[in-house]
Amino acid sequence: MARMKFLCDAERCIECNGCVTACKNENEVPWGVNRRRVVTINEGIVGAEKSISVACMHCSDAPCMAVCPVDCFYRTDDGVVLHDKDLCIGCGYCFYACPFGAPQFPQAGAFGLRGKMDKCTFCAGGPEADRSEAEFKKYGRNRLSEGKLPACAEMCSTKALLGGDGDVIADIYRDRVIRRGAKGVEVFGWGTAYGTGKPGAPAQQPAPAGGKS
Amino acid sequence: MKVPILTAAVLAAAAALGLSGCGEGDQVVVYKQGKYQGKPDTKPWDNEPLARGPLDGKWTKGDSKGWENQIKERQLGQHEHRRIYQ
Repeated sequence: MARMKFLCDAERCIECNGCVTACKNENEVPWGVNRRRVVTINEGIVGAEKSISVACMHCSDAPCMAVCPVDCFYRTDDGVVLHDKDLCIGCGYCFYACPFGAPQFPQAGAFGLRGKMDKCTFCAGGPEADRSEAEFKKYGRNRLSEGKLPACAEMCSTKALLGGDGDVIADIYRDRVIRRGAKGVEVFGWGTAYGTGKPGAPAQQPAPAGGKS
Repeated sequence: MKVPILTAAVLAAAAALGLSGCGEGDQVVVYKQGKYQGKPDTKPWDNEPLARGPLDGKWTKGDSKGWENQIKERQLGQHEHRRIYQ
């Protein structure tokens, strides 16, 4: 069974925000919620500044699942971390636990009230009938059930953002790195999300540290 | 002679208890996964396919292997050497 993962190639990302736009459009994400965003790493360091696209990485050992007090998270057979919004209480624990800042909370009122957590679903919908209106309203489009990959990855013009089975996208990335002379072997967030030394993972695991814009 | 033995034992126990406070416990957080309490979800392959393209395969409703093949073809489409359809 496939284990769905994201991989962002910092050498290729041109910070066009096409992935962000694709996500917002495909899932009709409300204002103030960004399931995906493009951040700058190593900002201000000449020659080392890169852009990467970040969203929920659907971690192998997801900390959000561990800290949720109402246990609203689950993992699908293909490794996608999803949650039940009917159960979520919007406490924000998952936001503090997530190393990628993926969980988002819509502003539910004028006094800083938080709504239910919203995050990237790997375009896999949620615990409602597939392709139903309820699923779309709560979780967005279920592209996996249509036989498609996440809109952000499929829309990426430079194919910096790869989405799919970890083994397949790691092979694509490895081939790419070899062709360009082993430049940019580091994959941001891969080790944090999926652990190190796993089969199919790209050769070099450590992620470059840096601030975000 | 019973009292000094008892006293010594109590003192030893107190010393052991007191010294145990000087030890350093492991402070690494160990997350324990909870059990999902929400509604069950359906499988992506329990649907009719909608994707149509030169690289797309086909699967029938409930055919998980066919769905995987379809998704794999789609993933390989992200490889630039396969992006231009032959």
